Amino acid sequence: MNAVKICNLALSVEGKPILNDFSLEIPTGEIHVLMGKNGMGKSSLAKAIAGHPDYSILNGEIIFNGENITKLPPEERAQRGIFLAFQYPVEIPGVSIANFIRAAMNAQNKKMETVAFYKLLHEKMDYLGLNREFASRAINVGFSGGEKKRCEILQMLMLQPLFIVLDEIDSGLDIDALKLVAKNINSLRSDTFSGLIITHYQRLLNYIVPDRVHILEDGKIIHSGKPEIVRKLEEKGYAFLNSEEKP
Amino acid sequence: MTPSPIAFPSNVEHSDFHFDMPYSFDAGIGLNHDTIRYISAAKDEDQWLRTFRLQALETFLAMPIPKILKAHIADDLNFDKIRYYLANNQAPQRSWDDVPAEIKTTFDRLGIPDHERKFLAGIEAQFDSEAAYNRIQDSLSKKGVIFVDSAIGLKKYPEIFKKYFASIVPIGDNKFSALNSAVFSGGSFIYVPKGVKIKQPLQAYFRINTQNFGQFERTLIVVDEDAEMTYMEGCTAPRFETATLHSAVVELIALKNAKIQYITVQNWSNNVYNLVTKRSIAHENAEIRWIDCNIGSKLTVKYPAILLAGEKSRGEVLSIALASDNQTQITGAKMIHLARNTTSNIVSKSISKGNGLASYRGVIHIKKNLKDCNNNTQCDALLIDHFSRSDTYPKITVYGNQNRVQHEASVSKIDEERLYYLQQRGISQGQAISLCVNGFVNELIQEFPIEYSVELKRLIDLEMNPKNQK
Repeated sequence: MNAVKICNLALSVEGKPILNDFSLEIPTGEIHVLMGKNGMGKSSLAKAIAGHPDYSILNGEIIFNGENITKLPPEERAQRGIFLAFQYPVEIPGVSIANFIRAAMNAQNKKMETVAFYKLLHEKMDYLGLNREFASRAINVGFSGGEKKRCEILQMLMLQPLFIVLDEIDSGLDIDALKLVAKNINSLRSDTFSGLIITHYQRLLNYIVPDRVHILEDGKIIHSGKPEIVRKLEEKGYAFLNSEEKP
Repeated sequence: MTPSPIAFPSNVEHSDFHFDMPYSFDAGIGLNHDTIRYISAAKDEDQWLRTFRLQALETFLAMPIPKILKAHIADDLNFDKIRYYLANNQAPQRSWDDVPAEIKTTFDRLGIPDHERKFLAGIEAQFDSEAAYNRIQDSLSKKGVIFVDSAIGLKKYPEIFKKYFASIVPIGDNKFSALNSAVFSGGSFIYVPKGVKIKQPLQAYFRINTQNFGQFERTLIVVDEDAEMTYMEGCTAPRFETATLHSAVVELIALKNAKIQYITVQNWSNNVYNLVTKRSIAHENAEIRWIDCNIGSKLTVKYPAILLAGEKSRGEVLSIALASDNQTQITGAKMIHLARNTTSNIVSKSISKGNGLASYRGVIHIKKNLKDCNNNTQCDALLIDHFSRSDTYPKITVYGNQNRVQHEASVSKIDEERLYYLQQRGISQGQAISLCVNGFVNELIQEFPIEYSVELKRLIDLEMNPKNQK
């Protein structure tokens, strides 16, 4: 069974084509990595999976756990267990982290009593090295880069999604924070938990070992393979994939 | 739906009921000298007040509708078709058991008696033209605190009442202050003696029960030296097919070192014209705060004014206005600096939804030969839909060069990326809008008493997601 199956997807944003005839399958229980140069459409794919309204799907479909979700609004995808950790999470003034997570849990039928909710929230915040007052701060307002990323992970830990898309979660994180984030993602790994990690660097993959790695170029996957490919990429750059040494 | 546990002008559905009942006093339809004579006779008033009312009627008839309102007042507001005075009694009851059944039921359903027990130092509940119930804690009465309706204030405490009545809102201030001066009834008279600091709020609840009716309460609050008080008013009316008018005059007097906080939460149904004149004067080192939440109504025009008359006096107006479909909210503040070293602060947040229009109008005036006066104005507007509208009209006149005035304004459209972010976590678009709007007004909502702030958030939620209203 596939958690996610993307078939022949063609996307455009503001009339500009981004992906064309893009296909990808992620079996349930696996974590895949998508790499590629800037501007190849990695973040666009992430947003399209999560249903961003600016990304029009021109062709193809996105199947999640056997269900065609191509036309579902973002909240219904989230309610089915899809979670996107944003590369650039937006600021939402006046809305506290705790209220936001609570509202999201209620919306996803994961309602908890107040006391139990705060106990769990504080527990997860402790894992992430976030102090208690963090819960009453407005979403992403005045956060450092690292705080923004940890806030994304905090939401993920609370919402317990089935499928995560991590969009450049490793950018703007120091090594300790990176290890912490990886540790938390690893803690969720199971037969029913799957994910797609989008990254530029091998760094994160020292701590999260994916099942497969895909290389995206010109809107298509030009290579899929074992994680070892990543080390070669770091050494030789993307050019080697086109050279004779191609694995 | 079950009534809210507190006396809050909650969602319109919840307050949308009325009773057909006979009234003992009815001045009939339309406005002329006889209307005034009827009201004055019913209230057994002195000659001077009758003269005052008649003079006000002449002023009202002679004054044109203010230019800025002309475009917003439709034909449905016809002064000849309104009932100006409807009442069952001339003196409010001190026990809910003595209040007529329909009126008691009305206030029960709005949660007022319950709220009074839990949370208030005193309450007045006005039903159409007159207060049906009024009571203040005995401990406060013993300290000399007066909290009565305006007619009793006038009769029992003329030495205070007459000194301040119409002292800062003269008859001819504007057409609607003239109208109120001609036909006023109900409203509160409060006097807090020197040094008495009232911890819990005093509350008035204004309820309109009848269509084609005008409610014209008149409130006068005098807080003596070193005394402190918070007053809250809530207003609702059922939805009628025809226009209803609410036109109050409120005057606040803060003597030396006094503090007054005046909180309004109104949730008028969308047939109400709410044209209110609110003004206050702060003497030496006194502090006045108006905290105002305007939801509902067809048209609201209200800018609380503060005359900073004594040195070191401080004034603040915090206001939230929510203009939904077919609603116009014209709100703002006036700060008149008349003494040196005075400070004023205005924070105004408006939300326009659908084709709603929220307008900010502000006046900052610092008169000649003053120094060390400070004003800070922050004025933020949020637009929900692409055809929602917001206007800002600040007017600032400052003489001399030793004063500081700062005006910041922002207008923003609700941010699609924010909505997407929230939706990506499973939150519906309607609820995402509601969260963003609540976030936008959050810093002001914190200023309301906790019981109110919780209900305010819920009310905003209902305004943003009408389908949740069951």
